Amino acid sequence: MSTSKSKTKAKAKHDVKAKAKSKSKSKSMKSSKIRFEIDGKECTAKPGQTIVEAARDNGVYIPVLCWYEGMEPAGICRMCMVKVGGRTMPGCTTPVAEGMIIESDVPELEDMRKAMVEMLFVEGNHLCPTCEKSGNCDLQALGYRYRMMVPRFPYQFPLRLVDATYTKIMIDNNRCVQCRRCIRGITTKDGRHVFAMTKRSGKSTIVADRELEAKISDALAKKAMDQCPVGAILKKETGFALPIGRRKYDKAPIGTEVHK
Amino acid sequence: MGRKITIEPVTRVEGHGKVTILLDDSGNVSQSRFHIVEFRGFERFVQGRPYWEMPVLTQRLCGICPVSHHLAAAKATDVIVGAGTGEGLTPTGEKMRRLMHYGQMFQSHSLHFFHLASPDLLFGIDADPAIRNVIGVAMKHKDLAVQGVMMRKFGQEIIRATAGKKIHGTGAIPGGINKNLSLKERDEFLKGADPLNIDKMIQWAQAALDFFKGYHSKNRSMIDNFAVFPSNHLSLVRKDGGLDLYHGVLRAVSPEGKKILNDVDYQDYYNHIGEEVRNWSYMKFPYIKSLGKKNGWYTVGPLARLNTCDFIPTPLAQKEFETYKAYTGGKPNNSTMHMHWARLIETLHAAEMIRELLLDKDLQGTKLTAKGAKLREGVGLIEAPRGTLFHHYKINDQDQVIMANLIVSTTNNNEPMNQAVAYVAKSEFTGKPEITEGMMNSVEVAIRAYDPCLSCATHAIGSMPLEMALCGPDGKIIDVKRKQG
Repeated sequence: MSTSKSKTKAKAKHDVKAKAKSKSKSKSMKSSKIRFEIDGKECTAKPGQTIVEAARDNGVYIPVLCWYEGMEPAGICRMCMVKVGGRTMPGCTTPVAEGMIIESDVPELEDMRKAMVEMLFVEGNHLCPTCEKSGNCDLQALGYRYRMMVPRFPYQFPLRLVDATYTKIMIDNNRCVQCRRCIRGITTKDGRHVFAMTKRSGKSTIVADRELEAKISDALAKKAMDQCPVGAILKKETGFALPIGRRKYDKAPIGTEVHK
Repeated sequence: MGRKITIEPVTRVEGHGKVTILLDDSGNVSQSRFHIVEFRGFERFVQGRPYWEMPVLTQRLCGICPVSHHLAAAKATDVIVGAGTGEGLTPTGEKMRRLMHYGQMFQSHSLHFFHLASPDLLFGIDADPAIRNVIGVAMKHKDLAVQGVMMRKFGQEIIRATAGKKIHGTGAIPGGINKNLSLKERDEFLKGADPLNIDKMIQWAQAALDFFKGYHSKNRSMIDNFAVFPSNHLSLVRKDGGLDLYHGVLRAVSPEGKKILNDVDYQDYYNHIGEEVRNWSYMKFPYIKSLGKKNGWYTVGPLARLNTCDFIPTPLAQKEFETYKAYTGGKPNNSTMHMHWARLIETLHAAEMIRELLLDKDLQGTKLTAKGAKLREGVGLIEAPRGTLFHHYKINDQDQVIMANLIVSTTNNNEPMNQAVAYVAKSEFTGKPEITEGMMNSVEVAIRAYDPCLSCATHAIGSMPLEMALCGPDGKIIDVKRKQG
């Protein structure tokens, strides 16, 4: 776990540096609005904003999975890949620059995103009909957005375990897409990370610090479940409390909260 | 020369099964069996899942009466979360579940009578199969077909309002329910545009019952004498002996009406009920332990429920119940085809219960769940449309299910269905050199009366095909007839 922890720290440092660099660039523009274009729409961004953030502020939805509002971006899932000057780059970690011309809602990228959603579905064991995150799940919502009727890739049916040995939560590794939202977003009051990655490559999984996890509040346990884009983190003893019709994606599909 | 007759698939039932009938050298039936040929394994693969998933997970056994599994599992998990056995919920929690259940009962019974069973009654057992189906009913008896469709729709709308979806909802959660009924939803059922309101539904349920009674009066011999055999009967009854489809104590009576199980608490059902495995079927054979494997088998479902209960606590259904009971002189009814009669009385009762519940202000309450000291084991029983349904779970310290035992209604009816098949086989096939379609259907009619859900029973998937083959003693097939499900 220590190796992955230090890797995560290094990545975070890199992101902070990149942000600082872009901030200093923006300072030289005396905090004026940055003008850019996305899918032919003229937009403005605040200095330091990433493409995903700026697009959202301008009513343009770029699909995301590992990105979460208010959380340090990590560029893991690649759902937000956009084209800038013919190059594909992650929208969640790339700062907007003056005069950028960005392509997002184009067939090539949309098909790539659909393929990524399909790969995530076959790579894990995602059984929506009995998952309590159904209706609140970002991955499921993206599956609907991309009209994923049948996966084009073969099911992997990996053997993964449910770790129910924690006090407040349960980790269902069948559903984890390793977005690391839980690692980045769930910290104790004194800033300690509750979650981390363990093992390597295809065997890597999310784990929680047992001592910290046993002490987290119900609210933080709920936050961990809510921030997880799938049903990998479950708060114990509260399943299906939200009725059908009142769940996040029951009334409007994913993206409509942004798209104008 | 001895022969083996195989019937596969059996149609207009849920799931997939087949019938084999062995004839000896003189053409007499030497053995008949109703095989369930599919396997799903729910009891195994729910292991390791959190207990609160059970109401949503196990209902996937079935698309016809998922509500029954949903509620039986919820009742078992009520015990686990310390909300007691059936009576520890909040009034809103319990009444919302009851509304869901009676909506389910109403739609499932309507589906069975109008869509699955009525073609046999309207056109005759040996009528042309091309018209002896629900489409034939729609073409020749439009009003009846429309009633069937709309009654089913009404029941399903009740389920949607209480569970969130018509099929596979999430309303019942451990310790209660996740929503109440809004006044808008309530008024849609009470005062909905014709015909989708509860008054019309009660009227139509009564009309369906009158239709059956009319048919009965013209076809007494067939309805009274088709597949009649003595059976024990088992169901839940309310503590005062009244019919209660949601909760109660376990009562079993003998063919003569003597109490075998006298209102016992179902939490220790396993002290009273055993399950026998036979190597030719994926469906187990439950039996009452005190009577042993040979004599302890029993019937569940509408016929059994009206044999075990003392009265029905709604006025119109009670009136019909009195007529029904009088027909057998107050003794238990053992006529297979009277199951349709009992089912329609229950349909009327369900409609009356829906109205009673809709008028209850507790449905608009806001205290939805109850909780107490957690237990590691829970049993939930409910009277599903097809009969008593058992869900039993054990969990570990980490809230994961480590044992599940499901005895579904059709499993309880395994031996009675085999008895019914044996009866029809003996009366229809003895000494017959050739198989006719009508002969095959008569076997299906006997099975169909139980409204079996073979998918649930074996935790299986698919339609129910029927194939019948004549085989020589060496196993060589002489003649085969096949129908698609």
